[in-house]
Order: sequence, then C-alpha cells, then structure tokens
Amino acid sequence: MSTETLAAGLETALPTTLFRFATAGSVDDGKSTLVGRLLHDSKAILADTLDAVARTSADRGFGGEKGGIDLALLTDGLRAEREQGITIDVAYRYFATDRRSFILADCPGHVQYTKNTVTGASTADAVVVLIDARKGVLEQTRRHLSVLQLLRVAHVIVAVNKIDLVDFSEQVFRDIEADVQKVARELGLGSDGVADLLVVPVSALDGDNVVDRSERTPWYTGPALLEVLETLPAADELEAELESFRFPVQLVIRPQGALAPDAVAAGLDVEAYRDYRAYAGQITEGSVKVGDEVSVISPGHEPRTTTVIGIDFAGQSLDEAAAPQSVAVRLADEIDIARGDTIAAAGTVRESTADLYASLAWLSPKPLREGQKVLVKHGTRTVQALVRNVTGKLDLATFNVEPASNLELNDIGHAQLRLSAPLPLENYLHHRRTGAFLVIDPNDGNTLAAGLVKDHPGDHEDERYVI
Amino acid sequence: MSTQTTSEDLELNQLQSEAEESAAAWRASRSGHGGSSAERLSSLDTLESEAIHIIREVVAEFEKPALLFSGGKDSVVMLHLATKAFWPGKVPFPVLHVDTGHNFPEVIDFRDRTVERLGLKLVVGSVQEFIDRGELAERADGTRNPLQTVPLLDAIQHNKFDAVFGGGRRDEDKARAKERILSLRDEFGQWDPRNQRPELWNLYNGRHTVGQHVRAFPISNWTELDIWRYIERENIELPSLYYAHEREVFARDGMWRAVGEVSQPLPNEDVITKLVRYRTVGDMSCTGAVESDARTVADVVVEVAASTLTERGATRADDRISEAAMEDRKKDGYF
Ligand SMILES: Nc1nc2c(ncn2[C@@H]2O[C@H](COP(=O)(O)OP(=O)(O)OP(=O)(O)O)[C@@H](O)[C@H]2O)c(=O)[nH]1
Ligand SMILES: [Mg+2]
Repeated sequence: MSTETLAAGLETALPTTLFRFATAGSVDDGKSTLVGRLLHDSKAILADTLDAVARTSADRGFGGEKGGIDLALLTDGLRAEREQGITIDVAYRYFATDRRSFILADCPGHVQYTKNTVTGASTADAVVVLIDARKGVLEQTRRHLSVLQLLRVAHVIVAVNKIDLVDFSEQVFRDIEADVQKVARELGLGSDGVADLLVVPVSALDGDNVVDRSERTPWYTGPALLEVLETLPAADELEAELESFRFPVQLVIRPQGALAPDAVAAGLDVEAYRDYRAYAGQITEGSVKVGDEVSVISPGHEPRTTTVIGIDFAGQSLDEAAAPQSVAVRLADEIDIARGDTIAAAGTVRESTADLYASLAWLSPKPLREGQKVLVKHGTRTVQALVRNVTGKLDLATFNVEPASNLELNDIGHAQLRLSAPLPLENYLHHRRTGAFLVIDPNDGNTLAAGLVKDHPGDHEDERYVI
Repeated sequence: MSTQTTSEDLELNQLQSEAEESAAAWRASRSGHGGSSAERLSSLDTLESEAIHIIREVVAEFEKPALLFSGGKDSVVMLHLATKAFWPGKVPFPVLHVDTGHNFPEVIDFRDRTVERLGLKLVVGSVQEFIDRGELAERADGTRNPLQTVPLLDAIQHNKFDAVFGGGRRDEDKARAKERILSLRDEFGQWDPRNQRPELWNLYNGRHTVGQHVRAFPISNWTELDIWRYIERENIELPSLYYAHEREVFARDGMWRAVGEVSQPLPNEDVITKLVRYRTVGDMSCTGAVESDARTVADVVVEVAASTLTERGATRADDRISEAAMEDRKKDGYF
C-alpha cells in the first residue's frame, strides 16, 4: 500500500464525534443555499449529485445571464419544493471534517411549516438562524428565536445573510446585530447561561464567512461559520456531564431459555443465562457505575432503592456507562420493573406528580381547548391527560405572555394538565430528556405539540421556567 | 485496529488531545466542576446507540414488527444492531425479503445462512409469483426493482405487520433525506411527504389506526462511510460481491453489468472480465458493478472515503429514470 493510501486509511479511522445542527429563519432568507454552500465547500457533494443540480439550475435559468448553481437544490429534494423554490420539510444532510461528523437539518422558513422547523431544532446541538440583510429581523425570525429559547437549544448562531446585496456594509450588519441582541435580551436568550449567541455576516450564495473568513468583510474579525460549528460542544456532552443518572426502561430482556443461537454458538454459558433479567434503555443523562445505588420509580410505588450489579452491552460487561449510551442494566434485588419505569441515581428524583405545568409549542391546526382529553408521551410511558386550563400565550411582538384560553397552530403557551397516572416529571431547564413530552391526539394519533415541563409543584419560584 | 504506534498515530493523538483540551476547558467554564470520567462517544458509537434505542422502541410499542432483509449491507447492519439490542435474547421479530427473482445467487445463499445462524423466521414476498399470476407485468426495460412494492404491501397485510424496519439512510437520496425515522404509511402503503408528523427529540410517536402501518428507519442518520466503518469495526460478514472479484461484465448506461441469466448483453455490447465490486446489491438486472481493487473491508473504507460518486448514482439504473424517481416510488409504498 502506498503511504498516501495508508494516510487516507488512518484519517478515516480517526474517531470523530457527532454534532447536529439545524437552520431556521424566515422564508427565502437563504437557509438552503447556506446548507448547500457548506456541503459544497466542505467537499461533501459528490460529482453526480453536483452534475444533476447544475443541470436543473441551468434548465430553470438560475442566476440569469451570470448562470451558476442553485445550491438550495442540494437539500430541496421534493418535487413540490423544487417547483415552488421553497423548503417544505426538513432535509437531513451529512458531512464531515477532520474534527467532526455533522448531521445537518435544513428546516423550512415558511410559517405554515413551523412544525417541521421545531422537528429539526428539537435534536439540534446548535441552530443557525438566518436573516436577510436587506430585511432585518422579521416576525418569523422572532417566532423561530422564541422556539429556540423554548427548546433551550444550546447554541444559537445568527447569520446575517446576503451581505453581498448590501455591498458588504458594516453599518447594515451592526444595525441588525444590535436588533438581534435586543431581541435576545427580551427573550432571555443566552441569559440563563444555556445558550450562547454569535452573529456572523455571510453570503451563502458566494461563500463569504461560511467555510473561510472573507476578505470582503474586513470589519468582521470573528470566526467563519464552520469554524464555530467545529468547536462548540455537543448537547450530549453536556448531558453526560450531569450528575443525575436517568434511565427510562424501554423493555425487559428476559430470554428464559430463548437465547440467541449465535451467542450460544460463540460459547455463551446457557446455564448461567437461564435466569438472566436486565432492563434495556438509553441513558438520558448522567452516568452509572456498577455498584451504584439507584432508585426505581414506578407508578403506584414509593421509589425503591437497589444496587446496580451489571451493565451489559451485547456481550460486553461495562464498569460504567454514560448518556447517550444504550445498555442493559442488571439490579441486585428482584423488583417488578416494566417499560415506562425509570431507574435513577438514588434519592435524586422527586415525587412523581399527576399535575403537569407545561410550556407547549402547538403544532397542529386543531386548537388546544380547556377540558380536552389528550395523550402525553413522557420518556417510555404514555398516559391520558385532561387539559385543565390554558394559562397564557406568548405575544411575538412584545414577548409577553398574555392571558389566553386556547392555543392555535404555531402558538407558544402555557397550560396545566391533569394526568391519569403520576409521572416522574422534571423541569426541562435542568433535564432535557425527562423534562420533555409529546401531546398526542387520542383519535388520529397525530402529534399535537412539543411539551416541556415548566415547573414542579416543589420548585422554588426563581427556578420556574419563563417561556 | 492495529496496536502499533506509528508517527501518524502520534500526530493524530496530538490533534485529538488538543481538540479535547479545548472542549474540556469549555466544559469546566460552564459546569463549574471540571470534566467527568465519562468520555465523549465517537460518532459511530452515538449512531449505534441511537439505532438500538429506536429498534427497542419499535419492539416495545408495536404488536408485530418485521425487518426487511435483502442481504444488502444496510440490512445486514440493521440485523447486527438488532442482535446487539436484545442480547443475550433472540432477535424478537421475523425478517421479510421481497424477492425479485433476479437476485445474485451468492446473496440469496448469504440470506439463508444468516437466517439460520440467528434462528430467525424468514418471510418471502415473491415478485415472480405475482408475475406468474398475472398481477404484475414485466416492465419493458426488464427492471424489477419498482415491482417490489406490490408484493411488499401484500406481505405486510397478510402477516399483519404493523411496523417494518428498513435500512434506508437519508444520505442515499434527496427524497429519503426528508423522511422521518418513524414514517407513517396509509392503507395503500403511501408516504405523504407534505404531511409528515413532527418528530420531536427522541420521543417517537408510533400511533396508527387500523390499516396504517409504520416504516422504521433506525439507521437514517448513517452515511455509506459510517456503514463501512461499522462493518469493519464489528467484523460483520457480507455477501462476497461487496469485495473486489473477477467477473464477466459488459458496459450499459455507464455502468458495468454482470452477465447472468436475466442480464444478457446485446449483440453490440462486448463482454470482458474485470476486477469489480458492488456498492449496493439489488435486482441483478439494474444494479451495476464498479471497477475496484478493494478486496478487504479496510480497502473499501478507503475507497468509499475517496469516492466521487454517490452509491446510487454509481450503481442503480432505477434511480436514473427521472429526477424524482425515488420520491415517486416512495409515495407509492416502496421501501
Ligand atoms: N445574492 C444572494 N442571494 C442569496 C443568498 N443566499 C440565498 N440567496 C437567494 O435567495 C433565494 C432564497 O434562497 P433559499 O436558500 O431557497 O432560501 P430558504 O431560506 O432556504 O427558503 P425557505 O426554505 O423556503 O424558507 C434564492 O434565490 C437564493 O439564490 C446570498 O447570500 N446572496
Ligand atoms: Mg430552504
């Protein structure tokens, strides 16, 4: 093998980490073009894809006389999207640099498709919000920023785009930057130490400050977008750091003699595994070690305390595991545990409650009304719930929570629900996974809202969640 | 991986530790209690963990799941993940193969051996039977991939499968790039891309009404390179045609086609013997081979990392039919 191929082999073997980011911002601000530019300039586009996009661009007369490639076509993959030149649903694309593998969610800007933008942002470590330099902060920018604040996205980056169309004017940029900072202050974005905020001038079309710093914006001394994305810590890095181990049980692994034939063929001791019983799930936060004391939380029981005697993963015995690993945990005592129960670091989970005080991003054309019955999916458990009252909705113009009695499509608001069984609810601010839930329509099964546990009856006033 | 330390290794380690130092410094500045003992998972470990979580969710929430298994690399990886998810127990669902009748014999052989090794139940939906019964018509171009939809839906209905795992990846195609991890299908198996449910955090909503079913794509977020690195890391066996071998081929549509029962050269197409491998395995009548000397999985990883063509672009005639070929087939209930 030549040294060149050897080096290439080594490079591909380097363990990279995963980072997820999404785009947001008003319609036509250039989100898809930016994503296309990032993919293109980081050499993630293969020749046949680029050829197809170039052909379509030429067929549609993109760029007029000048010609060029419509980079948005790299993500706008549906026929309807190409015909209308807009994004309808999230496109997931992938690229890697030496440091990181990126999962990129290109979200729509159109208000009608806000539910898809919430989808893309809910799993993102960072969101890049675009603003058209000619238009500044729009209502949809404010809507998206409030969704990001609601979801407590760890890093929000604002890209002031189409800077080429305002002659690379520093003044235009500074004005928008000041507006953005004002909005962020009003929303509380960045103020609780959860989100950082960075504003970057870019031209998605030409590539300025996207992968490399541009000479056409000499007044901007900060990093290019990709540099930022390469160095920000991912959210699960932060989650693994948390001290409170949380493990919603997905299912019980209890083969009772029905052992995997391949494992048996590989020498698994059939007798030793006859009474095997382990609880399978994904660690949502924190870490666990063999020997740790844990509490098992199940409805209708006081938390029961026991000890972790094994952490198994496909034939390996681990001493320790952390979020977001999927493992199977064995416990010292024979306790009746089922899907929907939670295993947590001993003594760290408060009493389960059937009163849910929630923030909701309402994503359905069917409005939410007081007295309505819905389903709530929290962790691995789904329960019925009654909407006791809607306590307010966010006014996008002022960012004040105004009194309301219902929530409509794209509203962000507060409601109080009564659950049919108590759940180990935790404040979303401190527990991203055990503080999140879905609201589901019991009739057609559709997802109605993204829900966040706003507070717990036992919370202090100052810990309560504002949006 | 090799345990020898070379100078490249040292350099890479240094690069890595620099990156880790800055991340650690950032963490310390935020959390106030310094780094913890928990190491950051590699991207492959994170993807694996995500996939296993999804597989377990579907098994826990659905009555009767099945896994689409063609013997192709993505479905082999899916099955491998399923064995890990339920270890030391058996994989708790059957596998379903839609047989076009135009298969590479070594792939069918591999399929049968795998099913046997894992003690699984195999359900086969046969395109040939539908053609023989006159319920499907052979296409003018001889390609049978698009004909798989009807037998697939039939098998789903007859076996009352309410969830079907697929090895689809979002990086394969621009329509797949838009699909949710749990994708709802109506009574006709149709996908409605303009009206997908929101999919929030890692909370998957698999509710469906009678007649509807769900397609589950646990490896949505994997790229072709991730798949190969994982195959290498986990030492997963694949059908031999994924690795470079000598084969009689002829050129058609800019691809190398294997000479076989259903894939015969026209008089003006010369047959030659070449060193080739397959990047995808599908219907023998529309899947092309690529010239390659990658005989081992390590060679393939290097080759894929350096490739300038997408796997479907390089090897699948069925996706070339129109710009939105995949979207149209998916809307009609294809994988
Ligand atoms: N001059 C200039 N034009 C741009 C730039 N970025 C995007 N555009 C153009 O703006 C238009 C809209 O771009 P898109 O990328 O489709 O916008 P989008 O934000 O993805 O739109 P939606 O997803 O539908 O909300 C296209 O015609 C782009 O070519 C830029 O930096 N400079
Ligand atoms: Mg777009």
